[in-house]
Amino acid sequence: MNQNAQRIVNNPKFQELVAKRSAFAWTLSIAMLVIYFGFILLVAFGKEFLGTPIGSGVTTWGMPIGVFTILSAFILTGIYVQRANGEFDELNRQILEETK
Amino acid sequence: MRAVTTRIASRVAASAAVAGTLVPASVYAAGAVDGAVQKQATNVEAIVMFLVFVLFTLGITYWAARRTKSAKDFYAAGGGITGFQNGLAIAGDYMSAASFLGIAGLVYANGFDGLIYSVGFLVGWPIVLFLIAERLRNLGKYTFADVASYRFKQTPIRTLSACGSLATVTFYLIAQMVGAGKLIQLLFGLDYMVAVIIVGVLMIGYVTFGGMLATTWVQIIKAVLLLSGASFMAFMILAKFGFSPEAMFKAAVDVHPKGVAIMSPGAFVSDPVDTISLGLTLMFGTAGLPHILMRFFTVSDAKEARKSVFYATGFIGYFYILTFIIGFGAIVLILGKDANGAYPFLTAAPAEGVKAAVASVIGGTNMAAIHTAHAVGGDLFFGFISAVAFATILAVVAGLTLAGASAVSHDLYASVFARGRVNEADEIRVSKITTVVIGIVSIVLGIAFENQNVAFMVGLAFAIAASTNFPILLMSMFWGKMTTRGAVMGGAIGLISACVMIALGPTVWKAVLGHPTAIIGYANPGVFSIILAFVGIWFFSITDNSAQAQKERRDFEDQYVRSQTGLGAEGASAH
Repeated sequence: MNQNAQRIVNNPKFQELVAKRSAFAWTLSIAMLVIYFGFILLVAFGKEFLGTPIGSGVTTWGMPIGVFTILSAFILTGIYVQRANGEFDELNRQILEETK
Repeated sequence: MRAVTTRIASRVAASAAVAGTLVPASVYAAGAVDGAVQKQATNVEAIVMFLVFVLFTLGITYWAARRTKSAKDFYAAGGGITGFQNGLAIAGDYMSAASFLGIAGLVYANGFDGLIYSVGFLVGWPIVLFLIAERLRNLGKYTFADVASYRFKQTPIRTLSACGSLATVTFYLIAQMVGAGKLIQLLFGLDYMVAVIIVGVLMIGYVTFGGMLATTWVQIIKAVLLLSGASFMAFMILAKFGFSPEAMFKAAVDVHPKGVAIMSPGAFVSDPVDTISLGLTLMFGTAGLPHILMRFFTVSDAKEARKSVFYATGFIGYFYILTFIIGFGAIVLILGKDANGAYPFLTAAPAEGVKAAVASVIGGTNMAAIHTAHAVGGDLFFGFISAVAFATILAVVAGLTLAGASAVSHDLYASVFARGRVNEADEIRVSKITTVVIGIVSIVLGIAFENQNVAFMVGLAFAIAASTNFPILLMSMFWGKMTTRGAVMGGAIGLISACVMIALGPTVWKAVLGHPTAIIGYANPGVFSIILAFVGIWFFSITDNSAQAQKERRDFEDQYVRSQTGLGAEGASAH
């Protein structure tokens, strides 16, 4: 094994980075899957609910829920990039610095 | 308005539906324009605007050609594209002409159901970001096979990845070429063959001379044009209703033959298994498209790669919301009376007291967005949107061709055939020759498939990407116990099962080959073929105890450190 790589693996900061980042990435992935498949299951089994008008108009609950699903994809990517490009990259920079 | 409407009526009248593509498989990102169309009157505004686009992009190609010297320049634009630019370019790759026309047409015909597809196309992006983008950027150089073969035997994995890439690219390209020919015939009044040749020649030009840099900028310009055009349309539609979606929905419900049913999920998505399968295929197929994955090597580091996906998700999501508004606007503008009490976009006005039929729209439902452009912006804007549709096709095929050429030159030629003993100049030469070959082959196939039903091909491309490229790529990065044998067997199982199930399913066995019933009832094999691929990788890896397999498992830690930290990753070239 490459020596630098060995030193990085032994660095507790690397363990911290990997643990934090993967927990975060998987949490957000699961959130996206739950939102998306929740929407698909509503489409398959909850047609009446999605077709219920909001108040007295013709706009149904399906509309804001669909748009919310689209927005949630964007918001979740934003949350990840915010933390990964800040906190995680800083930690990563320190790890690479200490390996030199 | 009268003159305008008479003209479009004559232009597109008598053409058998461009579309009729409203079966699920054809709503895939590129989709295809189906059925016979007749050549229409020459559309001067559109041709002039398109020529401006071509001249401008050729200028960019000239500029890019002078800056494209090394292999890194050719494949990855020197790694110097910013996250924002790459986000636009990814969005450009993803927003094809048919996803614009197809989804707007779907909303026009079915209302709410169109939203289900838009959502499916979008939700793969966050997954790409969370699980793939930064590792891919840290490990790879020019193609996703760099990553998939990182610690494995080069020959088998590169060969399989290149097959996966070429299959995806070819099916996608044929669908694009046939769609391009028909659309251009309809919008511009050019011959089918002329249209296909123009697309093929321009794409060869962009890619051979300008490499990834020119391809990226063509993509960025097209994305900006398409987003601007669609924003203008959505704005004008909403303005008609005082920016009240409720008022727009109300007007649409009043004129649509399905009435209030367009506001809720319809019968369009009937089988839950097929729906979930489609969702999985879209989600993981997105993460396995070679021309999209290649884009991650054009940015300088993992940070920019993440930003790319963030911007791309924003642009694509915004675009789908626009197409939804445009689809509802189309219902009101096409199926309702205009200011003069006429129905300019229908083949025949409905009888008094009867609602107009959706299918009576001139040119078929895929023309809904184009008619809407005409209704809100007149002749000039109609010409603009037509030119943008042409530009869109051109940009998408250029990206596909570059991905196909890279699979041949970088994976097959440089790594498999020459076993790494090759200089950059030779590799670039092979890539350029391949580009020309792919260009010519796609022109020939485009002409050969003119009267064939190609709607299934994009579905096939997505299914192969999701069942072969994606499982190998994901497992190679996440699972240290994977071996060469596992990757090759699992990938091959995914490839074969996806192809066989589509061939025996409703989109090919029934719709193309004309058998009365399909052998396999599901149009989307994803849920089966993706799982089979993963199980295959797992099983053939854990049972592999060869010396090679032991070594591959030991090498995982090095790869893991590099994928997490970017230690030793490819940087940007200095210029």
